[in-house]
Amino acid sequence: MEFTLKCHKVAKGFGEGEALVSRDPICFYLTEPKTGVVREKGHQLEGKSVTGKVLVFSSGKASSAVQMDGLVKLLLNQKAPSAMIVKDVEPVLVGTAVLTKVPLVDRLERDPFEMIHSGDFVKVDADRGMVTVARK
Amino acid sequence: MHLTNDEEGILKGDHGEGAQKAMELLVAIGEAFDAERMIPVTRAHAASSGQEGDLFFVEILAKGNAVCKIPTTTNPIADFEYFQKIINIAEEHEEASVAWRTKEYYRRIGAIMSQSCIPYLAENIPEYGEHVAFSESSATPYVNSVIGALTNRESIQTALAAGVIGKTPEFGLHFKENRVGTVLVSVETNLKDGYSYSLLGQYIGKRVNYGIPVLVGITKRPTIDQYVNLCAMMNTSGAIPMFHIPGFTAEAKTVEEAFGGNTQHDKIVITDRELHQIEEELQTATGDIEAVILGCPHYNLDQLNQLAQLLKGKKIRDGISFWVNTSATTKLLAERTGYVQTIEESGAHLVVDTCIDMFCWNHLKGKAGMTDSPKCAYYRRFGPVKVGNMQECVASALKKK
Repeated sequence: MEFTLKCHKVAKGFGEGEALVSRDPICFYLTEPKTGVVREKGHQLEGKSVTGKVLVFSSGKASSAVQMDGLVKLLLNQKAPSAMIVKDVEPVLVGTAVLTKVPLVDRLERDPFEMIHSGDFVKVDADRGMVTVARK
Repeated sequence: MHLTNDEEGILKGDHGEGAQKAMELLVAIGEAFDAERMIPVTRAHAASSGQEGDLFFVEILAKGNAVCKIPTTTNPIADFEYFQKIINIAEEHEEASVAWRTKEYYRRIGAIMSQSCIPYLAENIPEYGEHVAFSESSATPYVNSVIGALTNRESIQTALAAGVIGKTPEFGLHFKENRVGTVLVSVETNLKDGYSYSLLGQYIGKRVNYGIPVLVGITKRPTIDQYVNLCAMMNTSGAIPMFHIPGFTAEAKTVEEAFGGNTQHDKIVITDRELHQIEEELQTATGDIEAVILGCPHYNLDQLNQLAQLLKGKKIRDGISFWVNTSATTKLLAERTGYVQTIEESGAHLVVDTCIDMFCWNHLKGKAGMTDSPKCAYYRRFGPVKVGNMQECVASALKKK
């Protein structure tokens, strides 16, 4: 099964990979820079790696200093996610995505948590405002 | 988003690569939030952290020959020269190098090296109604609420970009109609000092997470340090860019005015029990302490005066290291007034330019510590931690008679 959803571009570019879905907000400072594994206690993604994934999550959290620092460290170690689909964007996450050049989209035409499951193969084309989801 | 010819030119690179990168970021933010245009801002504060994420952007700007167009102040990083004299920081060579380079790039792009997290009290003071771009946890809510200037909840990078371009995308809190209350907070407890305001802020941030609280039940005008603590904690435990205390803060005289006709709002009640509960959550130390950190956010002159009175003629106990953070501007005035000498004679260290979230505090790791700042407790500079007001912190560190 494969389907396409319209979305709104926040940070330009194209990225694809396996979906990793989190209803919890994400702070990249709380991932392990050398492995990409989420180390935040009690987080829905605790112990899972964000590396190369299309991250589907509710929103960003925490200060600009740490959010940006977290994603830059992942990027320098080549452990960053390949794209991000977010339900509610806030300025800190937008700035972080734009500067680290990780494609970011929001305003999916349907609820991302209903439409995308962890393990789906997802293509995010921010420039064309399209998300394609393939499920085995 | 509509851009003027001049703005288009910057975006194409007519004014160099640094300005282009700054404009790219502002346009992306504007488009993400459906801003229709850019508006001028007249001052900015970048919450520089001296960490890799901070270095990443300021290096791009500096190497692209960007220069700050409006007064742009900076946050504390670390006073290396000072720390080198009293502790061995050689082991943190890599972090020190990142922090040092970050500072140099800020200097190169013409930022003001205030290195203070309370710049709105001295080095960079907005006016009522002024559109600005202020990042830093206490600064955003302070200038919006206490002063009545207009800023969004900026990141280091967006505030810095605004400093370079002199503009920001027009959305969010730059519009009057978005500055109204979203939740009523009934304060039914006696707020006796700056520390109780810290606990109040910590509780509100946790409970509300994002929104504009309207506080009622506060009958006495808060002092500056009480406001600063409330702001810093609300915007650390949560993401609160603004609040109203009708009758005291800048924009609303009454509760009705604070809500701007919005009648569909939640209400929370804060009593002694909630403040006590939030304090208990932070306490992890039981026995004697080995270190104290005060001044997160930076102490102002009044607080240094209070501290000097508490420490006058007394000595810090052997085996306890006692640290107080402030801004360079405040220290200069405190030195002229005599507070610094009194504080240092007790054995306490008075540090400038430094944030508690920095490598130069690694020597305190694992030690039992005490602080009057929930934010400092949260950053886990110590092992087990105790929290209490300034008097309690001092009392726990003085020589026993």
